[in-house]
Amino acid sequence: MMEAESIQQIQEDIVSDFDLFDDWTEKYQYIIELGQQLEAFPENLKTEENKIKGCQSSVWMVPENNNGLVFYKADSDSSIVKGLAAMLVKIFSGQKPETVANAELFFIDRMGLSQHLAPTRVNGLAAMVKQMKLYALAFNNI
Amino acid sequence: MEVAQTKPADHLDVLKIREQFPILSQKPYGKPLVYLDNAATTQKPIAVINKIVEYYSGYNSNIHRGVHFLSQQASAAFDNVRKQVAQYIHAKDEREIVFTKGTTDGINLVAYCYGSRFIKPGDEVIVSQMEHHSNIVPWQLMCEQRGAVLKVIPINENGELIWEEFIKLLSPKTRLVSVVYISNSLGTINPVKKIIAEAHKFNVPVLLDAAQAMAHMPIDVQDLDCDFLAFSGHKMYGPTGVGCLYGKASWLEEMPPYQGGGDMISSVSFEKTTYNEIPYKFEAGTPHIEGVIALGAALDFLQSLDMNKVKAHEEELVNYAMKQLSSIEGLRLIGTAAQKAGVVSFVLEGINSLDAGMMLDTMGIAVRTGQHCTEPVMLCYKVKGTIRASFAVYNTMAEVDALTDGVKRVIKMLK
Repeated sequence: MMEAESIQQIQEDIVSDFDLFDDWTEKYQYIIELGQQLEAFPENLKTEENKIKGCQSSVWMVPENNNGLVFYKADSDSSIVKGLAAMLVKIFSGQKPETVANAELFFIDRMGLSQHLAPTRVNGLAAMVKQMKLYALAFNNI
Repeated sequence: MEVAQTKPADHLDVLKIREQFPILSQKPYGKPLVYLDNAATTQKPIAVINKIVEYYSGYNSNIHRGVHFLSQQASAAFDNVRKQVAQYIHAKDEREIVFTKGTTDGINLVAYCYGSRFIKPGDEVIVSQMEHHSNIVPWQLMCEQRGAVLKVIPINENGELIWEEFIKLLSPKTRLVSVVYISNSLGTINPVKKIIAEAHKFNVPVLLDAAQAMAHMPIDVQDLDCDFLAFSGHKMYGPTGVGCLYGKASWLEEMPPYQGGGDMISSVSFEKTTYNEIPYKFEAGTPHIEGVIALGAALDFLQSLDMNKVKAHEEELVNYAMKQLSSIEGLRLIGTAAQKAGVVSFVLEGINSLDAGMMLDTMGIAVRTGQHCTEPVMLCYKVKGTIRASFAVYNTMAEVDALTDGVKRVIKMLK
């Protein structure tokens, strides 16, 4: 299976898409729509174990190892958080585990989200990133 | 969208009132500000803002201690506000007004001081299910320390106290009733006068949490006959960090001091310290001088309005908001008491309240989302949190329309 575009490039693309909107209502609508485009998350995987700790909203995340590349599925009871998770899934899915583990994320700051999101959501986003990297590390060590 | 077009009923000139609030011309994200988070804190009229500047540039000085010119000026301004508050809430005597940090501080003061003097193991304190955490936790702390029991008046599905249950809870073991005048998460106006009369049959004193009431209606502590009443400056157009506790002199005199320090003593020696008289014995340390003085300016502002007209205007806003919002499919109002003021709380089916709040924010509409420091209320309605619009004198019917349109847009986007 082919490795996806570089994490750097995907982030650049997300930022430039986001910059197309002047209005913050539309910017959020874009994030929400990314969430709506996520692959359906199996109900039976919505377990306590698959919940990300440190998120105020419920976020479920499961990793998958496919031919040495890591893929993620995610869902949330919050449409905005689901959209944020979708961006992370887009960035990290199809990458090599070590690439994910070492990735530096700049899109959140560049989108202006860190100033805009409630502090609990910024922390939640950090918790998602941390969990995705931990999953990647675990695959890397297999 | 023009936010300040309508001139609501009963001839309250809302446009003119809005002009006194500089912050209302802010444009978050380039949109006209629709500020509907007044139950969290109200905005401040220019007179209050100016008062703080005047104090610091004109007569900043510590009070009650200095003989110098500035100190006398500051002391006089400070002491005047105590008189002003006493008059405003119709207290018998200005000695019955204790300056505090706010409602929470006032309730903690009573819980600690009244508790340590009057509450013994097995005694009971009654609160209600719709209390703010600040009228629950101080009593829990006190009850734990004194071996007392906290009893809770339940609420019905409309968000009203169940009267029969309250009557059942009152007993010879009851030492105090502490209830909210107007609920911050439901907007319910409680029948406090009736509650007080009933409790007094058992010689039980009553504390009213009036945080949400002060800005919305005239308050007369003698008519209510409440024993204590706590409120915050910042929810009535005044500054943060200052509030008042009213207590009947007979109770305040019986209660031991809360904190030790300057201003609360009459003489100090290592053998024996004697305390100052009320209210000073409850005001240790340098107080929030500019806060108190600016609170006076907030009272001036309120006194410049006809509170009955204010009440009518805000009732109209709440009723209109309830009517408009309840016509939206998938919207459920939380708190539909017959007597309501200031607050409209709701949830949207299948939509996270924080998401909705964030989307409204991007439209310039400031609401509060979450549990509003009333977790037991949320539990009662089986919701994780609500979206709360809360009103003040400067809000307009056009702003209610902006909220309704905003909510409709949010539903479209998030569904």
